[in-house]
Amino acid sequence: MFKKIGCALLFWINERFPLLNMWREHASEYYAPKNFNFWYFFGSLALFILVIQIVTGIWLGMSFNTSSEGAFSSVEYIMRDVRFGWLIRYIHSTGASFFFIVVYLHMFRALLYGSYRKPRELLWLVGMLIYLILMTEAFLGYLLPWGNMSFWGAQVITSLFGAIPFIGDPLVEWIRGDYSVSGVTLNRFYSLHVSAVPLIFVGLVVVHILSLHHVGSNNPDGIEIKDNKDKNGIPVDGIPFHPYYTVKDQFGLVIFLIAFCSVVFFAPEFGGYFMEHPNFVPADPMMTPEHIAPVWYMTPYYAILRAIPNKLMGIGAMGGAIAIIFLLPWLDQSPVKSIRYKSSIFKVALALFVVSFCTLGYLGMRPPTDERTLLAQVCAVIYFGFFLLMPVYSKLGKTKPLPKRLR
Amino acid sequence: MNIRIIILLLYFLLPSVLFASGDDFPLDKAPIDPYDNKSIERGAQTFMTNCKGCHSLKYMRYKELAEGIGLVDSDGEVLSGFIKENWIFDGKNINSPITQSLMNEDALKWFGIIPPDLSLSSRYRGVDWIYTYLRSFYQDDSRPWGVNNKVYPSVNMPHVLSWMQGQSQYDVVVADLVNFLSYVGEPVQNQRKEIGKWVLAFLSIFAVFAYLLKREYWKDIK
Repeated sequence: MFKKIGCALLFWINERFPLLNMWREHASEYYAPKNFNFWYFFGSLALFILVIQIVTGIWLGMSFNTSSEGAFSSVEYIMRDVRFGWLIRYIHSTGASFFFIVVYLHMFRALLYGSYRKPRELLWLVGMLIYLILMTEAFLGYLLPWGNMSFWGAQVITSLFGAIPFIGDPLVEWIRGDYSVSGVTLNRFYSLHVSAVPLIFVGLVVVHILSLHHVGSNNPDGIEIKDNKDKNGIPVDGIPFHPYYTVKDQFGLVIFLIAFCSVVFFAPEFGGYFMEHPNFVPADPMMTPEHIAPVWYMTPYYAILRAIPNKLMGIGAMGGAIAIIFLLPWLDQSPVKSIRYKSSIFKVALALFVVSFCTLGYLGMRPPTDERTLLAQVCAVIYFGFFLLMPVYSKLGKTKPLPKRLR
Repeated sequence: MNIRIIILLLYFLLPSVLFASGDDFPLDKAPIDPYDNKSIERGAQTFMTNCKGCHSLKYMRYKELAEGIGLVDSDGEVLSGFIKENWIFDGKNINSPITQSLMNEDALKWFGIIPPDLSLSSRYRGVDWIYTYLRSFYQDDSRPWGVNNKVYPSVNMPHVLSWMQGQSQYDVVVADLVNFLSYVGEPVQNQRKEIGKWVLAFLSIFAVFAYLLKREYWKDIK
C-alpha cells in the first residue's frame, strides 16, 4: 500500500524533476575507484560538518543577541538557561575546529596523491576558494561571543589592512564600520557570518562536488580509472558510490563522531585550544589579553606574518602563503601523480613541508621570542621553498613505474 | 613503520623540550571533586559570607544554585527559608541573580577598580590559578592593604580570608570555594559528562554494526 503510493509519488516527481537521473549520476552510478583508503573519508566528513554547523548555527542565532551590550551575556544565557543550549554551542564551537582538522587532512590527501593535477585543476581551485571562505567564516564567527580575545583578535586582524599604502586607513574603517572594532563591527560580522558567507560557502561546495563528479575521483595510485572501461563504458576498477562508499563513509562517520563527541562532552575547551580562556571575559577595549593569537587553525599564517619584520611585507607573505597553494596544479611537474610512485626527493620535500607547516602553527600560538622568530623564518623559507622550487625538484629523481590497473 | 611513529612522536614532543617556559608562577593543583555537593555547598557559604560583599555572580541565580547542588526538600522544592537566611542578606528575591552589595562608586573610591564578576572566573583563570592565588597572599606594607600576592603581583584585593589563614583547615576552605566557583563557571559540567558516556557507548555499538554492514557489502569487491 505505502510502497505503491511511494512509487506513484516518485514517478509523479520524476516526470517533472530529474530526481532519478540525479541519484544515478551522483550516487548509484557514480563510479569511484575501488581502492580509497583512510585519507578519503575527509571529503564526506567535511560536508557533514558543514551541515551540523549550519543547523547548530540556526539554533544559536535564535537566542543570540547581536548588540555589543548583549552578545556576551546572551552566550552565557545559551549556556545556562536555554535547554540544551550548552550542547548546541559546544557542537558549534567544536565543529569549527574539527572543520579545519578535516579540511587540512582532506587537502593533505590531495597533496599525497596529486589530486590537484590535470584534469582536476579547477576542482582544486574551487576547493581552495572553499578554504578561503572557511577561514573568513571562522574569523567572522570568532568575534560573535564578544569575549576579550574575540575583540582583540578582530582588532589585530582588521588592522592588518591598514598597512596597505594610501587606502589602508580608510579601508580599515570601512571594514570595521567604526574607528575601532565596536558594536557596529559585531553587527555586520554577524550578518555576514549567518547569510552572505554561508550562501557562498554552500554554492562553492555544490560546484566542488559537481566538478568532482564530472572529472571523476582520483585515487591512491594516481592513475585514471576511466582509461580502463568495460564494454558498457563502466570503469573496470570503479564501483558505484552507493552502496559501497555510502556504507564505508557511514563507518568513517561513526568513528569521526566518537572523536568529535569525546571533545564536545569531555573537553569542549580542549585545553584552551578550541575555546580560549581569555574569551571568558567580555570584550574590553581598555585591557589587552596577555598574548593575542588567533585560534590554532590560522596560526601557521600568523607565524609567517610575525616572522617578517616589515609589516607590509609580512602581510604580503601571509597572503602569498595562501595564494601560492592555488598554483599547485601548475607547480607540480612530476610525471606521476601519487606519492606512491614519486621520487624520494619529492617525498622528502613533502615531509619537510608538513613539519614546517605544523611548526609554524605551533609558533603562531606562542608569544614571540628571538629564537622562535628565527625558527619561524626558517620554516617560512621551507614553506615557500616547497612551492616555488617544486617545478624543479618534482622533475628530478627516479619515479616508480605506474601500474596498468589499480592495485 | 615503527621508526616513523617514533620520529613523529619526537617531533611533537620537541616543542615542549625546546620552549618549556619558566616565567609563570607554578600553580598547585586544586584538590576538588565536582561531584561533591557538600563541598560545593560549603564553598557557596564561604562565598556568600566573605566574597559577595564585593564580587557578583551575575550569571547564577540563588534558586538555580540551590537546585543544582541539591538543596531541596523531599518534594524537590528548594529550601528557600534556609537560603534566605544563610545566603541572601540584602532582601533580594530567591530568583534574583547573585549580585554584590558594594556600589560601583564606592568600589572605585576604595579599591581603585570595580571588583570583577566571578561567574566565569574558573573558566577564565582556571581552578588551579584561583586555588593557588587564594593561598599566596603575603605581608607587604608597601601595598594599600598591607598584602601582596605571588600569583597576581600588585593585586588590589585585600586578603579577605586572612583571619582563617594559618588554621589547619584553610586549604580545605579554599578548595571548597574553588569547587564552588568551578560549579558556577559551568553548572552543566557533570550532566555533560554523564550524557557523554551514553553518547559514546551508543556510538561504539553503532560503530560495530556500521563496520559489519560495510564488510558485508564489500565482500564482493575484489
